[in-house]
Amino acid sequence: MKKRNPQLNANGELHHLLTIEGLPRDILTHILNTAESFVTVAEREVKKVPLLRGKAIFNLFFENSTRTRTTFEIAAKRLSADVINLNIGSSSTSKGETLLDTVDNLSAMQADMFVVRHAQSGAAHLIARHVAPHIHVVNAGDGRHAHPTQGLLDMFTIRRYKEDFTRLRVAIVGDILHSRVARSEIHALNVLGVPEIRVIAPKTLLPTEVEQLGVHVYHDMAQGLKDVDVVMMLRLQNERMRGALLPSAGEFFKHYGLTADKLAHAKYDAIVMHPGPMNRGIEIDSGVADGKQSVILPQVTFGIAVRMAVMSILAGN
Amino acid sequence: MELPDAEQLLTALTAQLKPHVGPETALVGIRTGGAWLAERLHQSLGVAMPLGTLDISFYRDDFSQIGLHPEVEPSHIPFDVDSRHIILVDDVLYTGRTVRAAMNELFDYGRPASISLAVLVDRGGRELPVAAQFVGAHITLSDSQNVQLNQTGSGRLYLSLHGIATE
Repeated sequence: MKKRNPQLNANGELHHLLTIEGLPRDILTHILNTAESFVTVAEREVKKVPLLRGKAIFNLFFENSTRTRTTFEIAAKRLSADVINLNIGSSSTSKGETLLDTVDNLSAMQADMFVVRHAQSGAAHLIARHVAPHIHVVNAGDGRHAHPTQGLLDMFTIRRYKEDFTRLRVAIVGDILHSRVARSEIHALNVLGVPEIRVIAPKTLLPTEVEQLGVHVYHDMAQGLKDVDVVMMLRLQNERMRGALLPSAGEFFKHYGLTADKLAHAKYDAIVMHPGPMNRGIEIDSGVADGKQSVILPQVTFGIAVRMAVMSILAGN
Repeated sequence: MELPDAEQLLTALTAQLKPHVGPETALVGIRTGGAWLAERLHQSLGVAMPLGTLDISFYRDDFSQIGLHPEVEPSHIPFDVDSRHIILVDDVLYTGRTVRAAMNELFDYGRPASISLAVLVDRGGRELPVAAQFVGAHITLSDSQNVQLNQTGSGRLYLSLHGIATE
């Protein structure tokens, strides 16, 4: 008998969103379907709905982020919640307060939801186990572990352009080793029934036994990109690099940077994705990033709708 | 009890609405029954006018009790709401809460010149000061009963009666 998924309540409904791993397909599909409705809300005169009126959502960012924090903030505001942003790297923890003390103090301020970004894998789980039962936790990225809303917005973007997951060949390219985004993407693609998931990276940037996640490993872009429908680029995580994993950024670009020449191996209508922030000229060529196959900016826009869906589903469960 | 025939009510409702359709009129159906009805009214009125649908899930007042509806669909208002005379269409008028939610949502699209309400069935039991200007039939039901509009595969509308499970 498997232990109950800590993200689900007694009715099997999503109570926290910590990782995509272990979530059933119908929960992911429900989030994606709900996000469709929030896309149309954003196209209206008034881009707001009253669902979370009176709820207090705390963005707890122990690690820097602009895009993720901003899109969570916009999403919460468009749901009419009150949003409080805390960049804690620079605040209490530097004065010695523990993570859970910070959470307790904010809970005493009647928090209804925490959106947590932390450099330590498992930080969001720790908070989810600790908080009162009416409080919801969304993992906005923990260490190398998971970034579930990024994974979901990527799935939403793929579905918008490619519709049927069960006929797709998807390649994830770059620094898989340090990437929580890659892990969340791989889990989501598997749950949604994508039959062929490839990872393309040098050996030094792949986790050991990555095949166990259900992916095919390639070390060569021409082979790995051949006939794929979706190319998901990853950021080369400079700040996470320790030691000599790579000869140089230039060397990486030569072999693994996405250029028009390499992209030509993919299907003619393949889409190019990137979670941002991009290192132009390191993992992706500017011409491709701005090219007609790029859906990098739509990813950002859809990210708001997906985060609205996640927050409104959690708050209602 | 004997429920009225939905297709006959549709004909009656069409006749009531006809004199009130002008150049700035638009029909907006509330999902799902009201959307079917609005589509049929749009055909039977035979006048070119815009047609929209609302899914009021994001405006319901029972979100904190029951959470988000499991099947939210995008609302679709393919016209400028400003200065329109909108006829809001729903299958059954009961508490009035759905209509309140629909009006709130409409105002997030713009400022209509007017909103009126057309329903196939008014079953009484209002909890809000809401009234329909166009009504197919008035029927009386107990609180434990629910009347619902259905659509056959060929598009025919019919009403059905359901008991509500008491908690």
